[in-house]
Amino acid sequence: MAVQNKKLNLKDKYQYLTRDMGWEPTYQKKEDIFPHEDFEGIKITDWSQWEDPFRLTMDSYWKYQAEKEKKLYAIFDAFAQNNGHQNISDARYVNALKLFLGGVSPLEHGAYQGYAKAGRQFSGTGARVACQMQSIDELRHSQTQQHAMSHYNKHFNGLHDAAHMHDRVWFLSVPKSFFDDARTAGPFEFLTAISFSFEYVLTNLLFVPFMSGAAYNGDMATVTFGFSAQSDEARHMTLGLEVIKFILEQHEDNVPIVQRWIDKWFWRGFRLLSLVSMMMDYMLPNKVMSWSEAWEVYYEQNGGALFKDLERYGIRPPKYQDVANDAKHHLSHQLWTTFYQYSHATNFHTWVPEKEEMDWMSEKYPDTFDKYYRPRYEYLAKEAAAGRRFYNNTLPQLCQVCQVPNLFTEMGAPTKLSHRQLVHEGERYHFCSEACCDIFKHEPEKYVQAWLPVHQIYQGNCEGEDVETVVQKYYHINIGEDNFEYLGSPDHKRWMSIKGEKPADENQDAA
Amino acid sequence: MSQLVFIVFQDNDDSRYLAEAVMDDNPHAEIQHQPAMIRIQAEKRLVMNRETMEEKLGRDWDVQEMLVNVISIGGNVDEDDDHFILEWK
Repeated sequence: MAVQNKKLNLKDKYQYLTRDMGWEPTYQKKEDIFPHEDFEGIKITDWSQWEDPFRLTMDSYWKYQAEKEKKLYAIFDAFAQNNGHQNISDARYVNALKLFLGGVSPLEHGAYQGYAKAGRQFSGTGARVACQMQSIDELRHSQTQQHAMSHYNKHFNGLHDAAHMHDRVWFLSVPKSFFDDARTAGPFEFLTAISFSFEYVLTNLLFVPFMSGAAYNGDMATVTFGFSAQSDEARHMTLGLEVIKFILEQHEDNVPIVQRWIDKWFWRGFRLLSLVSMMMDYMLPNKVMSWSEAWEVYYEQNGGALFKDLERYGIRPPKYQDVANDAKHHLSHQLWTTFYQYSHATNFHTWVPEKEEMDWMSEKYPDTFDKYYRPRYEYLAKEAAAGRRFYNNTLPQLCQVCQVPNLFTEMGAPTKLSHRQLVHEGERYHFCSEACCDIFKHEPEKYVQAWLPVHQIYQGNCEGEDVETVVQKYYHINIGEDNFEYLGSPDHKRWMSIKGEKPADENQDAA
Repeated sequence: MSQLVFIVFQDNDDSRYLAEAVMDDNPHAEIQHQPAMIRIQAEKRLVMNRETMEEKLGRDWDVQEMLVNVISIGGNVDEDDDHFILEWK
């Protein structure tokens, strides 16, 4: 008798993977096992409708992930062995990595924890498997990023204590509070926030054009971890889109809940990515694509196609997308001029862009750069040349929701500060925008608890009252090494020495 | 309104074959070369066929192998043993 040894196809394999992982409980109540599944108001009538288009089984998952890791670590080794940091375009570039390591890598770790938690809460097996794989992916991202940047830590300042800084430093409370907000939401909101709004709609802006820019600036290690991480993101994005479609198809009552989450998390993500706008336009010495061009391709074009697709479910584009679209002409410039003033309180350096860079910006931002921002840099450069490099010694007012200093301007009125305030139970709260104010109004119990770095300093909770003590003792930023102006900094001097232009104070790169 | 789907690959040896196969199977697609990456976009739909890839490579090829080289996608995914499709319906 001939034995038939037919190979299972993808669909069958995936069916078998999830088949016996779900069962009807007999001696415990289902709602006791999955207590978070109901309280957000989302109604799921049939979990078997959950589709994972990649149908990745565990054996394939480990096989492909192992292959990615082998490739990645071969490149890390080559980069370190060949002193790859000496081949980057300019040491100013490394400052983007300092922001990345303190601002982004800890979010990867937060995502690892978030997906492990959310996955536990779903009674559907397909959703549990997808969350489990993504959780492992995110842990890998956090680890590979730290490995890649550990090489830079040997040669440049400011990279020595990223995890500590993430929990404490004023501007890092922007990414930290974003992720804490998502992780403390219910499992369906978490997936809408991270899988859909963040992964599907927004992360392309960081991991595609910025990483391409890293390559263009000679940073082999970063582009490689970026693209290796992003190869997992293709799966995560697909999950994000499937999650939304699944929830919307399950019950019409889910539509308004999901719409509110999309409005909220699009805006939260957009505010978070304002840091990336500055990384792209100001921190990549060799320029690839401006923030505004990236926004057009990866949000206006792709987001437009996506939200058109979701129309059939009764979903409209995010409420404040027009404000975000208008801001593409201003965002990076407003951020960079703010960070320039607060360089004494950051673990990275800032600088006035060089003339060629400003000309590039005039070309990329023809309606705004020369009119609103170039004059500021010319003024700041003049002050610095006269020995009065400007630092702002007043602490900024922070938005209660996104925690970004109130630095943004009104849509269509680029010289008018955008500011909202309201009184809730006798306390006055401030916001950067109508959108953040809206988010607060819907969940004031959550946002009154925000840990706002400036308030904490003034309340005496940060080991000191003056900025210098807070920066040094509470943040672990080494004064005179990690912070202040780039020109003349130890990083700058070391770079000049690498390039043979001027001897450095220390000779640690001589080998 | 135009509705574009897209796929982005790392610019490496495998992806050069992938990009060739995609361009053969999707004459309406547009290819963009950017630092370290290859981006292909098309109106509404992009198909990647196992058969075309196997012809390009001269060996067996599993559709999921592309997971190693893909950086990003836009569009609804439909994958089985013979193809990988991105589309807005």
